[in-house]
Amino acid sequence: MYDNPDGVMIGLEVHVQLNKLKTKVFCGCVTDYHNDPPNSHVCPVCLGLPGSMPVINKKAVEAAIKIGLALNCKVEEHTQFYRKNYYYPDLPKGFQITQYDFPISSGGYVMIEGEDGELRVGITRAHMEEDPGRLVHEGTIDKSKYTLIDYNRSGMALIEIVSDPDMRSPKEARRYLDKLRNIVGYLDVFDGNLEGAMRVDANISIMGGQRAEIKNISSFKGAERALLFEIVRQKNVLRRGGVVVQETRHFDEAREITLSMRTKEEAHDYRYFPEPDLVPLKISGWAPAIKETLPELPDARRMRFVEQYGIKDDHAKALTSELKLAIFYEDVAKKADPKTAAVWVCDVLKGELNYRDLTVEAFKKEHMLSVLELLAGRKITEDGAVDIIRTLLDKGGSPEEIIKEKGLVIVAGDIVETAALEAIVENPQAAADYQAGKVKALNSLVGVVMKKTKGGADARKVREVLIAILSDGFYPPIEREKIEKTIIKIGDVMVEVSKPIANLLKKMGYV
Amino acid sequence: MITRKDLTHIGWLSRLELSEKDIEKYTPKLNSVLDYFTELDDVDTEGVPPTYHVLPLSNVFREDEVSAQGGSLTQEEALSNAPKTQDGFFKAPRMM
Amino acid sequence: MWASINELKEKIHAGSSEEVVAEYLERIGRSKLNAFISTSGESAISRAKEIDANDIEGPLAGIPVAIKDNISTRGIQTTCASNILKGYVPPYDAHVIERLKDAGAIIIGKTNMDEFAMGTSTETSFYGATKNPWDMERVPGGSSGGSAAAVAGGEAPIALGSDTGGSVRCPASFCGVVGLKPTYGVISRYGLIAYANSLEQIGPFATSVRDVTTLFDVVAGYDPRDSTSVDKEVNYSSSLENNVKGLRIGVPEEYFGEGTDEKVEKAVRDSINTLEELGAKTTTVKMPHTKYALAAYYIIAMSEASSNLARFDGMRYGLRTEDSDWHTTFSQVRASGFGDEVKRRILLGTYALSAGYHDKYYLKALKVRTLIKQDFERAFKDVDVLITPTMPYPAFKLGEKIDDPISLYLADVDTVPINLAGVPSISVPCGFSGGLPIGLQIIGKHFDEATILRAAYTFEENTDFHTKRPEGM
Repeated sequence: MYDNPDGVMIGLEVHVQLNKLKTKVFCGCVTDYHNDPPNSHVCPVCLGLPGSMPVINKKAVEAAIKIGLALNCKVEEHTQFYRKNYYYPDLPKGFQITQYDFPISSGGYVMIEGEDGELRVGITRAHMEEDPGRLVHEGTIDKSKYTLIDYNRSGMALIEIVSDPDMRSPKEARRYLDKLRNIVGYLDVFDGNLEGAMRVDANISIMGGQRAEIKNISSFKGAERALLFEIVRQKNVLRRGGVVVQETRHFDEAREITLSMRTKEEAHDYRYFPEPDLVPLKISGWAPAIKETLPELPDARRMRFVEQYGIKDDHAKALTSELKLAIFYEDVAKKADPKTAAVWVCDVLKGELNYRDLTVEAFKKEHMLSVLELLAGRKITEDGAVDIIRTLLDKGGSPEEIIKEKGLVIVAGDIVETAALEAIVENPQAAADYQAGKVKALNSLVGVVMKKTKGGADARKVREVLIAILSDGFYPPIEREKIEKTIIKIGDVMVEVSKPIANLLKKMGYV
Repeated sequence: MITRKDLTHIGWLSRLELSEKDIEKYTPKLNSVLDYFTELDDVDTEGVPPTYHVLPLSNVFREDEVSAQGGSLTQEEALSNAPKTQDGFFKAPRMM
Repeated sequence: MWASINELKEKIHAGSSEEVVAEYLERIGRSKLNAFISTSGESAISRAKEIDANDIEGPLAGIPVAIKDNISTRGIQTTCASNILKGYVPPYDAHVIERLKDAGAIIIGKTNMDEFAMGTSTETSFYGATKNPWDMERVPGGSSGGSAAAVAGGEAPIALGSDTGGSVRCPASFCGVVGLKPTYGVISRYGLIAYANSLEQIGPFATSVRDVTTLFDVVAGYDPRDSTSVDKEVNYSSSLENNVKGLRIGVPEEYFGEGTDEKVEKAVRDSINTLEELGAKTTTVKMPHTKYALAAYYIIAMSEASSNLARFDGMRYGLRTEDSDWHTTFSQVRASGFGDEVKRRILLGTYALSAGYHDKYYLKALKVRTLIKQDFERAFKDVDVLITPTMPYPAFKLGEKIDDPISLYLADVDTVPINLAGVPSISVPCGFSGGLPIGLQIIGKHFDEATILRAAYTFEENTDFHTKRPEGM
């Protein structure tokens, strides 16, 4: 039971930008504005020119319903847009068109890994609104002598997801954000890698006091840092005998602190009223139809992977963290051993991709299948497989080409293995010595194998094979599970080998 | 009725700088209008729904297609009326 | 100097559009009415030449038209008669402007109005008041006073205005011309600089019902850029028939209240008699919530306006004062840029929407609006049109009411209920009081412009009030 010593309550407002739509939410401007000059993707509507009028993008409504359903929300039958009236340079009309009463979806939840087990975080609502523009300051907001405004982003469709204040620590907040990103990523409504795709505002209070709202958080790590800072700040205020005020604070990413944004007064009187230029939406039939089109969501998929493929939950969780990765894994697991595939996709490939800042789309599933086949057929070693994967990511090519180039093939894996077994049988004392701790005893065995294979094998590989047989008792060492060992007598010497090797030696007539 | 203090607050809420003279001048005029509005207190609106839109329209959408008919503006057009610009941005005063 | 569209077409055919346009521009040039904020002399002549050279055809080919200065015209200054938009040149055309251009019409200038359409007299304009051609010491009405005066004064054959609470019908009445406010949603508002979105419509002015209808046919129709625009393309010109046999006229006594001038009442009742003589039937109808319409209208209009005008901060267009911090500059720009009436309405609108007052004012007004709309629905069960005075009195003197906002608001008592219900209404000249025009208001059901136009046309064909012109123009 997590006892939440500081009485921390965290609620998060996450804005998901529907950057996969072709156009903005209320006008036909292109959404692909990244890297283009400022104010080059605007029109009278998103610039808020006098006389302009909004028209709703139908696909944005469909995306909003998708997200609501994926978050287990109830989708409203009648919904309406409202004006939220406030003033900020990034808001060209002096109001934001958003939702207030009857938001398109509400009353949902997501399950996350809390401090003490599974935690249900409630979703108050997920509604539609428009993005404001982007401000650029000279230095930091408090020191800048002017403010530059770019409206390319103004009018992009946003879904604002508001959570209940169910999170009790920055870590839980972080996990919620990851989970949200995971789920929404599955719906193919946004590209999470683009700048500004997912933005967070955090609300935090301690000990039942007033909450501070923190804005300008641009990363999940930033969110965690901001919340950690806030807990300390608020505790300090209380320690000094003060009271925490309800206010908006600005997160300074560089200094990892929050600054008070209070201007003359902070009466958040948004004077909401229904947007007169937009008529109501009656969408009762839409949700069931859209529900049919939803992909299997992360939690359900994760459970299915464990059940269907017999893999560990850790692996299932990591593999379902991104839809594309999950699909990749499943395609591979259908044709190769699922457990092996899980290890290699999850532990190895994912790691290599992360290191290079790449997504799974940078790797072909055919290549993964080849690698797994080669491993299963003992044609390459583990190291070799890793090498192949790295080379494919860095230089391209194909596994076959790389193997040839680098000479990674175990000279007909069987041949080396057979030679190694023969060497052990012919020199049991060296084998026993090695097993007793005399590492150098291995060298003679290696020499014997090299002679047998007429130098065609890679000495390092030979070493590996011998060590594997003599230590793990099993080769190739893909599965690092405990293999049953047994002691056999080779000649006059007792040598410990695995049962499968023992059987093999028996079959080969050596014992 | 609105007091001078109320008017200062509403002035800020409306982002209209009001001088002392303005507040003097406006308060009685605004109050006479608000007084006139109290006429509506006589109307029984129990159970009457508000009319936000006078026509029974609903579900008006556009398709998610880039507007063909010259909807978008060039950067030059977008900035054409701006009093101050810098490097393609609109230039506004400092925030704080 | 006053010519109908057909007369002008003949003139253009015989001579050229360039001549016609030049004549109007010259008249505007020496005018004392102050009906125009700006004229587009160069572009108008150049467009006229183009039309002449290429023999371009269209329902309004070569015809000059005056546009109220709250309708966006690409490349032409659009100020809403405010200092805060001085020099603002929109980079796009309003939908109605596109339609006018397609029809071959030539924009000769932007007309004067009450600042941001907030007024009934065109006295709140930053560019000075417009004079009533019938008496230069009197107001032309508002807020589309410039458009009405231009048409009445022979400075434009046709014009567009906008009507939020009577702003087309009132000046039409005061200036003795024809002005129509269509059903809400019939003319696209895309490009109309908003005052009160749920109440307003663009409306045509002319010296005859036929010309108003021709202009109406050109600018009306569905626009996908306006989500409140309706898909009802009708050829209104074909509904003009000199026939009111069997027409059922409803007369709501509530519109003949205490403040109504007796000459106005007489003229209106005489006009109703005229129509009866032509075959129409009259009944009294009850519209019990009429007296609450004014308060409801102003609350709703001011609330929407306070939000619509929030965008004027001097950053992207318009007036900019010296820079302080952003919020302060914002407040100073607006303090300098807006006139008193606009400021007052913004303040009241903000107040009516603010926490604690929202239900008492805004929500209440919207409920009263429902009751008023129901009054019309009930009345229209038994009648085809309603006839009332457009204004309770003829044009008042300049400066007479400007210091008394309530008195000015009360002038709208006969026009605002129509905007609340969204029904169509037309004002036609029906008499004079001391040499000043009186307007007859004919109100119809939603989307039944055809009937009110027919009634108006019939009235016109059987009277000669609309042929009178002011002297000394």
